[in-house]
Amino acid sequence: MNRPPLFLYSCLCFGFAFFYVPIISMIVFSFNRSRLATVWGGFSTEWYGKLFHNPQIFRAAWLSLEIALVSATFATILGTMAGIAMARFRRFRGRTLMSGFITAPLIMPEVITGISMLMMFILMAEWIGWPSSRGFTTITIAHITFSMTFVTTIVQARLSSMDLSIEEAAMDLGSKPWQVLKDVTLPVISPAILSGWLLAFTISLDDVVITSFVSGPGTTTLPILVWSKVRLGVTPDINALATVIVLIVTVGVTIAGILLQRQESRREKDVQMALRSGG
Amino acid sequence: MDRHAEVSPAPSVISRWFNRDGWRQLIIATPFGWLFLFFFVPALIVVAISIAESTRTSPPFTFLGEWPYVHLANIERLFTDTLYIRAFATSLANALMATLLCLLLGYPMALGLTRVQGSWRNILLMLIILPFWTSYLLRVFAWIGLMGANSWFNRLLTAAYNHLVPGPAVDHLQMMNTNFAVVLVMVYSYLPFMILPLYANLEKLDQTLNEAAMDLGSRPFRVFLDVTLPLSIPGIIAGGLLVFIPASGELVIPSLVGSASDPMIGRVISDEFASARDWPMAATVAIALLVLLVGPTMLYSYFENRARNRLEERP
Repeated sequence: MNRPPLFLYSCLCFGFAFFYVPIISMIVFSFNRSRLATVWGGFSTEWYGKLFHNPQIFRAAWLSLEIALVSATFATILGTMAGIAMARFRRFRGRTLMSGFITAPLIMPEVITGISMLMMFILMAEWIGWPSSRGFTTITIAHITFSMTFVTTIVQARLSSMDLSIEEAAMDLGSKPWQVLKDVTLPVISPAILSGWLLAFTISLDDVVITSFVSGPGTTTLPILVWSKVRLGVTPDINALATVIVLIVTVGVTIAGILLQRQESRREKDVQMALRSGG
Repeated sequence: MDRHAEVSPAPSVISRWFNRDGWRQLIIATPFGWLFLFFFVPALIVVAISIAESTRTSPPFTFLGEWPYVHLANIERLFTDTLYIRAFATSLANALMATLLCLLLGYPMALGLTRVQGSWRNILLMLIILPFWTSYLLRVFAWIGLMGANSWFNRLLTAAYNHLVPGPAVDHLQMMNTNFAVVLVMVYSYLPFMILPLYANLEKLDQTLNEAAMDLGSRPFRVFLDVTLPLSIPGIIAGGLLVFIPASGELVIPSLVGSASDPMIGRVISDEFASARDWPMAATVAIALLVLLVGPTMLYSYFENRARNRLEERP
């Protein structure tokens, strides 16, 4: 049976059409001459020209990238630490509380996360004078907080599926626990750490709700800019922007996917070789 | 770095502490401290503000100095003001509807995926995840374009409607700014959350069970009802909650395509906070939403834990 049964097959076709027709329509209309974003008026690349000559969009995109780079890096460090703590340190004080802290942000509605952080920032400014204005720092702190738990989930899952015998072998050969972590565990889980970083990066790049609460005047990230434009109605240059983003993401995800897969399979091969020659 | 530590005659107190137990304490304390400060404290602040009274000061609330210390008017308003009751009802209805539709479309898709062979399956899975990585906002925007009165999609649906439904022909279908639009876009945004856990569950099912049932004379649909469906209930629950939980607190979709007169709860919280500047009421509604989500969440983690335990029990 090469093909699923007819009903399932048609559901798959319908589902993928549902996924991709809106995106394709958006790409097609980005080449529309008409000012009306949804009525076809002939081919033109005018909106791309407008897009690439709009300094506002470039500034916003640059700010988003900066925030995403910084917050993804910190989120990965903190999230990996939490993942190691949860997966490898069986008992420590506050473990239950910590596991609550890790799952809660995942299910907390973004509105509530945003409001609670904004309330805290306003109160802190009032009481201790920091942060004196909201912007880069407050957005980055918020992004680190809610994306680090995603990293933790990934790292923790990888650690609990990891073969413990490698770590035990290193221990038997006289490594201290800290050295085992540094020289054995971290290299082995590095693909998971990398995918955690990528996830944190895209979450940060994509976030609207929390950013809209904790950002201040003058710090407009790309999603906030798009959000304020979209609220005013459909404009063709957003179609062009969307097309550019879809293109970048497709290329990026494909390359990252290939690289990750290659690295993973090489590592697995290495581990198997090591086990075979050892046993 | 290690060589340094060995060579130096008297390792400092810090490095001795670090090598003995400190690295472990640091690994636990750093993320814990961060989450405590920037997740737990803000959550406590929301709880505290929800029992305060709204004032025109800065910050715009005060705590009651005497018994009962809790400003009960907010909670009373929550249960008497039709705005909040309707918002909760709308949110629940929209989220349930979106979950149901995701299940109806996602289940056959996930099941179909398990029947696709080899590398095609990986490509299709990739295609399901890919929209995830593009901007969420732009995916909502794509639907705004499609649902507008002049769009090709709306005209197509209008033509179909006029053809199929007897009665006077309509000029266009009103899709934007309705709950229909909210549900549609939520299904679009959250469908992968339904498909992926379902697929993970269905993929692990033992095909020999199906074959055994077939051999014993069951028809394919009976096999599905008697074997596949019962075994996939954990996947249905996981997928359903992964859709329902974010859908009920959704802010972006109802703000962009929903009706302003019939808001969802996320929008009420945001308006209460930003427009009305009524922090205590915003906090109260937020906590009510969280309380509403506690049940489904506990259910989800119960099933997750059970699945994980079963996985660990395996030899």
